[in-house]
Amino acid sequence: MEKELRLMKGNEAIAEAAIRAGADAYFGYPITPQSEVIEYLMAQQPHKRTGMVVLQAESEVSAINMIYGAAACGRMAMTSSSSPGISLKQEGISYIAGAELPCLILNVVRGGPGLGTIQPAQSDYFQSTKGGGHGDYRLVVLAPASVQEMYDSVELGFDLAFKYLNPVMVLADGIIGQMMEKVELGEQKVRRTPEEIIKQCPWATTGKPESRDHNIITSLDLVAANQEKFNIKLQAKYKEIQDKEVRYEMINCEDADYILVAYGSSARLSMKAMDILRAKGIKVGIFRLITLFPFPSKQLFELADKVKGFLAVEMSAGQMVEDLQLAVQFKKPVKHFGRFGGVIPSPEEIADALEQKIIGG
Amino acid sequence: MTEEIIIAGFGGQGVLSMGKILGYSGLMQGQEVSWMPSYGPEMRGGTSNVTVIISDDRISSPILANYDTAIILNQQSMDKFESTVKPGGTLLYDPNGIVKHPTRKDINIYKVEATKLATEMGSAKVFNMMVLGSFLKIKPIVKMENVIKGLKKSIPSRNHSLLPLNEQAIEIGMKSVEKVS
Amino acid sequence: MAEITLQDIIKEENLVYKKSKVMTDNTLSYCPGCGHGTAHRLIAEVIEELGIQSETIGVSPVGCSVLMYNFLDIDMQQAAHGRAPAVATAIKRIMPEKYVFTYQGDGDLAAIGTAETIHACNRGENITIIFINNGIYGMTGGQMAPTTLEGMPASTCPFGRDIELMGNPLKMTELVANLAGVYSVSRHSVHTPRNVRKAKKAILQAFESQKLKRGVSFIEIVSNCNSGWKLTPRKANEWMEENMFPFYPLGDIKVDGQLVTK
Repeated sequence: MEKELRLMKGNEAIAEAAIRAGADAYFGYPITPQSEVIEYLMAQQPHKRTGMVVLQAESEVSAINMIYGAAACGRMAMTSSSSPGISLKQEGISYIAGAELPCLILNVVRGGPGLGTIQPAQSDYFQSTKGGGHGDYRLVVLAPASVQEMYDSVELGFDLAFKYLNPVMVLADGIIGQMMEKVELGEQKVRRTPEEIIKQCPWATTGKPESRDHNIITSLDLVAANQEKFNIKLQAKYKEIQDKEVRYEMINCEDADYILVAYGSSARLSMKAMDILRAKGIKVGIFRLITLFPFPSKQLFELADKVKGFLAVEMSAGQMVEDLQLAVQFKKPVKHFGRFGGVIPSPEEIADALEQKIIGG
Repeated sequence: MTEEIIIAGFGGQGVLSMGKILGYSGLMQGQEVSWMPSYGPEMRGGTSNVTVIISDDRISSPILANYDTAIILNQQSMDKFESTVKPGGTLLYDPNGIVKHPTRKDINIYKVEATKLATEMGSAKVFNMMVLGSFLKIKPIVKMENVIKGLKKSIPSRNHSLLPLNEQAIEIGMKSVEKVS
Repeated sequence: MAEITLQDIIKEENLVYKKSKVMTDNTLSYCPGCGHGTAHRLIAEVIEELGIQSETIGVSPVGCSVLMYNFLDIDMQQAAHGRAPAVATAIKRIMPEKYVFTYQGDGDLAAIGTAETIHACNRGENITIIFINNGIYGMTGGQMAPTTLEGMPASTCPFGRDIELMGNPLKMTELVANLAGVYSVSRHSVHTPRNVRKAKKAILQAFESQKLKRGVSFIEIVSNCNSGWKLTPRKANEWMEENMFPFYPLGDIKVDGQLVTK
């Protein structure tokens, strides 16, 4: 069969991917730079294409609680927003993690804090990878670096969400959301029938038949000892995710003396910086994080034996670099380079930073 | 082959759609493409620009500081982007509204009176297609048949009756481009 | 005359009241005299009588009734504080053939969840909203609610609600009655048998309305909180009649999509 290729924005690609993956529901609220997600969905009329429910909620708070409601019924539900809106969703995300529900959350990050700016940033790394809301919980965090990966993150994200009964966040940024690239579209999957959903999700609140006890979706346990037990179970799940689900890409690391560690669009910028540096004869490789949680600590720890230093490149004042430092454990120098508040570094700046901070320093 | 292009002008001049058609043309001939717009408050009435990259290989950064080609359609963009053309690169501009013409000696400078010609044609809207035609004359990185395919993909099917007009504009743009220096 | 034994009395023909099978055997966690238990029972009885136990999904709030899911033998979700109407919206939209209701207190529905309540009502979601108004935050220990009456003391207004300082009590029920998506609105109490019967009828009609896709049915139950009000159950009911009912009058507010003119 001939490939179905399209030139799409990241925001449009992820919306199309949701329809084609057979998602059951999308709930969201407009915010720049990701409003194309709901605009695209509304224009596509997925209720006619697949029966998927799409609703513009009155707020991000409401939207994430709609996700809770749909996910608790075993449905494939997705929401999207950008930084300030994701902050508003944190209460709901904590409840979803606490109730062990699967869902997909897209954050097309913009500069902060506060209303910040609408330009791209990666300053929500801490918020995404360390929980974000209250309580000891983690999200699985995927960091697409291309429009194709935005598209692919839907199926991967839902697979992980249902496998681990855990919210999955796709952490993009304004560049990935707004740029257009070539996308190869997958086939339209048929949405699961209510019977298939009940079989896959016997815990879901789909209506209690005589044959089983009533299903309850809650994150409450007033007995502290029980709540601790539940937290231990959660931690075991995160450990399993850490062991099994690390994803990354290594580019030109075989002969590299220096490694640029980056994710999302800063990895793309770093690839150009690598070309500039290699043209000068400096052996640079890229370690591109695809999962931010789980973080590829073990792989970076091992890589540290083979190289002279690492530069974390991120569009933040220095967040991912902390995990990188923990991973490398002082084996080799780890430095940070970032532009932030919506400013995008040029590949030349990144190349200069490596020369000055790592080679020169 | 990798061609890194910035197209810059006023919002409403069709800067973004010109980039999209170029991108789709590359896609139609099996190349990698990226299209990265400036977005935000600049969208509405102010300046607008888009970085388009067409390459035979995986594209690294979709955002650049230096370009192989700058297509410049107003004075603000000339002020901002003339200096970003790589030595030996190309600058194509429409002199309409330009008061400070480009002065660099280490690049190839071309101009096309697209605003004037489009107005004469009675269809100011196809201005951007004329400029695209001029660019393709200078750098035939995509085949004409793929440009037509790209146009079809980019323009909503309800407007497909306008395809011949767009093709005509591309041809006029190809004929009318002049080398300045 | 032979002596009457217990076995002689426990007979089917002597049965005058039976716990609904939609109620679980768990002991209610509510204070003696509280209206929540009765309100739960009415919902359970309606679900049983309509034969929709397998088709009903309930949403419990944050507040005294947070553990409602332990008492009703149906599938239930516990929602974040105030968000039950958003949660219910999603459940109903993805399973329009099911019966979906929220059960919310005054803090949940009329303070922190005001936006979710108004917008779910305005969209005309085919759900039932049951609103328990006792004018106080019961679970957290008797703080002022949006519905606390003028002059009424609470732990965060120990000298009584001062309108100038704390603003007015909110008549959320009258507010939502004005929204186009709301089909029926009525206010009840469950402190006398007569009022219990009326409330049950309203709940029954509300569930029946869902089948007909008429939009939101909104039922307020004015209830007591003898612990929070620091009164005996009997005194609390008297206080409710004397003080709550004049400000929150019982009766129909919107019937068949039409506001009731008085």
